Amino acid sequence: MSEVSSQKPVVNSQTEPVAAAPRPAKWTASDYWRLATDFFRAAGAVVWKDLAAELRSKELLSAMLVFSLLVVLIFNFALELERSRATLATVVSGVLWVTFIFAGTIGLNRSLAMEKDRGSLDGLLLAPVDRSAIYFGKTAGNLLFMALVEVIILPLLSVLFNLSLLHPLLLLVVLLGTLGYAAVGTLLASMAIHSRARDVMLPILLFPVAIPVLVASVKASAAILAAAGWDEIGPWVNLLIGYDVIFVAVAFMVFDYVVEE
Amino acid sequence: MEKPNRGLQILNIASAGLLVVATGLVFLYAPQERTMGEVQRIFYFHVPSAWVSFLAFLVTFVAGIAYLRGGNRRWDIVARSSVEVGLLFTVMTIITGSIWARPAWNTWWTWDPRLTTYTIMALIYVAYIMLRQGLEDPERRARFAAVYGIVGFISVPITFMSIRWWRTIHPVVIGSGSATAQGGFDMTSRMLVTFLFSLFTFTVLYFCFLANRVRLENLAERVEQLKAKLLSA
Amino acid sequence: MLRFPVERGETALSMTISMIETRSLTKNFGLQRVLRGVDLAVAPGEFVALMGPNGAGKTTLLRILATLARPSLGQARVAGFPLPAGAGEVRRRLGVVSHHPLLYGDLTAEENLLFYARMYGVRQRAQRLNTVLEQVGLAARRRDLVRTFSRGMQQRLAIARAVLHEPEVMLFDEPYTGLDQDACAMLDGVLRDVAARGRTVLMTTHDLARGLALADRMVILSRGVIAYSARRGEIDPATFGQTYASVVN
Repeated sequence: MSEVSSQKPVVNSQTEPVAAAPRPAKWTASDYWRLATDFFRAAGAVVWKDLAAELRSKELLSAMLVFSLLVVLIFNFALELERSRATLATVVSGVLWVTFIFAGTIGLNRSLAMEKDRGSLDGLLLAPVDRSAIYFGKTAGNLLFMALVEVIILPLLSVLFNLSLLHPLLLLVVLLGTLGYAAVGTLLASMAIHSRARDVMLPILLFPVAIPVLVASVKASAAILAAAGWDEIGPWVNLLIGYDVIFVAVAFMVFDYVVEE
Repeated sequence: MEKPNRGLQILNIASAGLLVVATGLVFLYAPQERTMGEVQRIFYFHVPSAWVSFLAFLVTFVAGIAYLRGGNRRWDIVARSSVEVGLLFTVMTIITGSIWARPAWNTWWTWDPRLTTYTIMALIYVAYIMLRQGLEDPERRARFAAVYGIVGFISVPITFMSIRWWRTIHPVVIGSGSATAQGGFDMTSRMLVTFLFSLFTFTVLYFCFLANRVRLENLAERVEQLKAKLLSA
Repeated sequence: MLRFPVERGETALSMTISMIETRSLTKNFGLQRVLRGVDLAVAPGEFVALMGPNGAGKTTLLRILATLARPSLGQARVAGFPLPAGAGEVRRRLGVVSHHPLLYGDLTAEENLLFYARMYGVRQRAQRLNTVLEQVGLAARRRDLVRTFSRGMQQRLAIARAVLHEPEVMLFDEPYTGLDQDACAMLDGVLRDVAARGRTVLMTTHDLARGLALADRMVILSRGVIAYSARRGEIDPATFGQTYASVVN
């Protein structure tokens, strides 16, 4: 075995380390603060990177958007969508959520597959941050992309069905539902991309587990559009919040195991 | 092929014996139910089967957590075996339920909350198996399966709650005399005995199947190891 | 002599220990054993060229040292921290260049570096970006999209990314892959100036001549174990090719 024979000057012995300081033995409040800022800075960097790259290439968003429009079109012909006021709320709510879920699935799949194919997932994993920061950033990015598509689809559907979909409570439900879907979807997509049957694996894994989101979102949306009272809407909103909290927490805990090798 | 160890052999024989006794109880000892007649006896197979399928998936959930914590492959083998046995009981539940439903509700199937959630649960575990099949690296396969087992199991009660907030026509068995539940009934003591015995039998049967499946899996692994040794020698 | 630091946080500077060290490192993929007990020690400031045929396990070894994979058996330490337990600390001190550039084609060179600077918590980002861009000679192309870069330029940017946080240890996995003559020569220069500047470097390569030219020590990995290790002074360049062939066969 070798001995230290060469005496080249070693880097950074005189200057302060350029990268963030290592973890101390005893944690103080400022250490927790630093940990939190590291976490959010990394997660924010991931979101910013996804957004910046996407805005240049527009690969993902265009695919999601076009697909959504096609889904709406297909629904129009496949189901004789009645225009009667009585069932309109239910029908529109259903069309809305099926569209979001299909478009969202595409977005989730591609967003993570691109990272894996280019090998850039390693770049993320090499950074000295908690794995969950990567999860958080990826989920936020996916949520953002789905939201961008929804922002375009909602007014469109309003026009097509002659029914205002820009109700603030409805937007809240859309946000909560999308969050739940993105949270579980990002976790499962991270696994699905390694599978042989990669394209179908995500829907197979995700749909059964995301049923509560679908049910609650559709029911709540329909109730809101039908101008029902809070006791019809409330329980569904609570269910959505509960689902979001539970699954974000679970994802945080298991994400490490998904990305390590 | 080496014989299974003493404990497993005893378990196999005991399970078979219990099953015989349970069947006897169901057909000979339990009284005939007033409103539904003979077909109600399926209940003694259907409900234990359903409970055992939940037990199987609970075992998968726990084994998944244990595997992630410790990295011990045995937990992965247990988890995977439990899913397979669980699916077996799931299919049994659905079939016996259908047979019961036809005379009782005049339909083979209905989209009420329990059935719907149960089907979704079955789909989750089929997805679990498909996930495993699509992954080659055994370590990654075990890890991902464990994660999905955890996520899937947690989603089931939430799914049930979400679907339940619709009306149900599934009979509520234990003790309830609710008017909205069709086909519900109160159990006499003889029915209770039969039911509990059947439940016990099915649970033992589950562990018997699980143990045999785990043994098969261990043997398969040994074959693989021997193969690898031969090839590299 | 190999000693292990007792407290965390102590850097390798103050002690005569190995910067990179593995003991009986083993890695299995299922039933296939890729690394079969690798014993390696790289001293602080040393430049080691790791050579070997395809399938010998070079990339696997590097991935374990880069904290991207876990060892099945045995031990590994980088910069004094054990793997995988101290992976977080190791990553802080590690710069990795693999044959994937780990760059985002739709972002500019500047944006790529900015992203990684944020991920690594680099202080005085703007200054640091300028410095590394100068060092790899890409200052003029900082606002260009990376997908317009040639492979050679991408590798240089990858090195810039890797040194951004001033790591003590650098790992290079076949950095010369896909480069033409000019790009190779340029990379030689960058490696010597930027990467090797007192840092501990472990580089895998197929190119025997290049390894001899750049490294302090040559190590050959064959069939999952270290089969040969010699310092540059001890090797006769003329016969090294034969030595290599005899070791790997």
